[in-house]
Amino acid sequence: MRRFTGLASLALLVTALSVSTAQAKIIVVATTEDLASIAREIGGDRIDIESLARGYQDPHFVEAKPSFILKLNKADLLIVIGRELEIGWLPPLITQSRNPKIQPGADGHLDASLTVKILELPTGQITRAMGDVHPQGNPHYWLDPGNGRRIAQAIQQKLSARSPADAAYFAQRYADFDRRLAEAEKSWTVEMAPYKGLKIVTYHRSWPNFADRFGLDVIGYVEPRPGIPPSPSHTLELIQEMKRQNVKVMLVEPYFDLKTPNAIARDTGAKVVVMAPSVGGEKEIADYIKLFDYDINLLVTAIKQTGAK
Amino acid sequence: MWLRVRCFPVLVVVSIGVAVPAARAQSVPAAAGATSAQADQAAAQALRAEVERLRQEFETVRRQYGDRLAALESRLTALEGTRPQSAPPPAGEPVQPAAPPVSVPAGGAPTTVDVPSGAAGAGGPEGSLPVYGNASALSKVFNPDIAVIGDFLGAVGRNTQAPGPALEMHETELSLQAVVDPYARADFFLTVGQDGSLGVEEGFLTLTSLPGGLLTKVGKLHSAFGKVNTMHNHILPWTDRPLMTENLVGGEDGISDAGISVSRLIPNKWLFLEATGEVYRGQSAVFHAPGRGDLSYVGHVRGYQDVTEGTNLDFGASVAYGHNGAGADTTTRLVGIDATFRYRPLRRAIYKRFLARTEMVWSRRSELSGRPQSFGTYVSGEYQFARRWFAGARLDYSDRATDSRLTDKGGSLLLTYWPSEFSQVRGQFRRTQYAEGYTANEFLFQFLFSIGAHGAHPF
Repeated sequence: MRRFTGLASLALLVTALSVSTAQAKIIVVATTEDLASIAREIGGDRIDIESLARGYQDPHFVEAKPSFILKLNKADLLIVIGRELEIGWLPPLITQSRNPKIQPGADGHLDASLTVKILELPTGQITRAMGDVHPQGNPHYWLDPGNGRRIAQAIQQKLSARSPADAAYFAQRYADFDRRLAEAEKSWTVEMAPYKGLKIVTYHRSWPNFADRFGLDVIGYVEPRPGIPPSPSHTLELIQEMKRQNVKVMLVEPYFDLKTPNAIARDTGAKVVVMAPSVGGEKEIADYIKLFDYDINLLVTAIKQTGAK
Repeated sequence: MWLRVRCFPVLVVVSIGVAVPAARAQSVPAAAGATSAQADQAAAQALRAEVERLRQEFETVRRQYGDRLAALESRLTALEGTRPQSAPPPAGEPVQPAAPPVSVPAGGAPTTVDVPSGAAGAGGPEGSLPVYGNASALSKVFNPDIAVIGDFLGAVGRNTQAPGPALEMHETELSLQAVVDPYARADFFLTVGQDGSLGVEEGFLTLTSLPGGLLTKVGKLHSAFGKVNTMHNHILPWTDRPLMTENLVGGEDGISDAGISVSRLIPNKWLFLEATGEVYRGQSAVFHAPGRGDLSYVGHVRGYQDVTEGTNLDFGASVAYGHNGAGADTTTRLVGIDATFRYRPLRRAIYKRFLARTEMVWSRRSELSGRPQSFGTYVSGEYQFARRWFAGARLDYSDRATDSRLTDKGGSLLLTYWPSEFSQVRGQFRRTQYAEGYTANEFLFQFLFSIGAHGAHPF
């Protein structure tokens, strides 16, 4: 019996030790791959990071799968896009996570939208007749590298508060990310500079921050209203408007059907560009900086093909 | 709050400054004309009236200041609430702080209100009274998420066995949901039936932060028996419920009772596994407890596994046990299993999905005149073939709970159109062969519409 107790306590000790070393890494869950990528830049090997949604998935319509509950259950930190982007699927997952650390308002719940630049904040009365409007502004804000930097700062602060011993490490990683992002931004700005003020059309309102940052002018949307599928009358109006303003570029997210955009393209001579709104949207988009590399390369090539200036 | 307190002396000084010269100007002519006691009394009365008038003036000024302060305070709170917490951004990238998520009405809310004139004469209070709660418009932020869902049903065709009205506002559901405190949230679902009766379909507290990973619900609940029993009408992929539910699991009301539900994840390295244990008072469409000690019990185990990123399997086993009210000591025991297969490709998630589901229930009642053992099942499929269109089918088979020799069978074909996430129109052709030998062919149609907070999509 004594021998058994000894063995048991030894086993307990080993488990305790292994648990404590496992706990040294902060377990982070992000709702999208963009947040996960930025968190990886800051956290390095001191965190375990996983994303719930995939980059080629419409982040409004993710399914609240029970397998996500298991991930949230173990998380020390949850990073969300906020602005009601995940309202259709995240709240019940958080409730069922049985994890007090990541409940809204708790220390382990980081809403990345609180410190960023938000566009399209609705003013005046809003109703559902306007479609799927986001009352707290457009949630696709990560498509501006400046906001990526602000998200990185928020994550750096959160991680440093969680693990003060690693604060210097996180600060150094942030500085490195900041430097690489600033360098990349310079080249993106140069690449996009000739097309300042270029008129484009997008499928959903996913690109206001991107357009704002790189000087594009979005004159219309394939969706008549956010979240409402294209209608024949709206499509006709859009075609006329595109012809009138000579719009040659149309941005479409990878999760939308290309039938209507292609029909519009045939009629207007515009080019359909399937841009990636998120990290992981295409295989080669492995991180946040590559997301802009990919999109800007694709966009510039398309613009050159259409001969637009 | 400190703001308002600190400003009070200022207000007093201001009001005295206003009141003193005014009172003096009034009192001089009154004193000059006073020669008799009567005149004195009249003067005193005039003074009293004057004092009263000044008091009211002061009250108005105070109220106006109070209003403006409340408005400023709420604006301040809103700004503080959204102030960026990060270090200053790197140069060259101006940070525009996010605007407050909630717009603050410019006027704020009054902290006091006037008592209507006439109340004083009737023995009521006079002047102004403070308003408790909701002192500032911002406190509305804490109002729960409110939504109303309408479920309108129509039926064409003959059914003498289970006739429904041609047109009915089948159910109006009001949901009120909010976080209670850092440890819990509360969800209320009030329903008004076609007869106008108000009921609490569900109303429960969920404790989200209990130690040991126990997720606990307390209140009136749809019990975790199987799949259909947990679903509200507007979530069902049909306009009705399967014969199995109608015959064996209490129909639309189901096992819905006051009780406590505790569930826990069972850690393992293979799949999602969750066990739920529930205790109920024992009064529902299935159970009738004769006494306080005759509780009913429900247990459920759910397993879930992702097969690929777009397909998954979901399965469960349930038991329910309690008194059925047929006699002093008669009970009902239900055993159920359910399985669901889902397919939803991530890239085309808004255009295409498929769901196949089956449930089986075995019911065993200890009646005074025997022990009927009944079986019921359904198999159902739903396929989304365009962004707004769903087609579905269901096969039904179920014995009657009290007489297993009587078996009803049926089948349905469905077509659903979703104008948006917030409304849908559904048609269902239903053929039911009742055990008595009667066959009913019906066409059922449904309008579902919801306003208010955007609730999460159930999985």
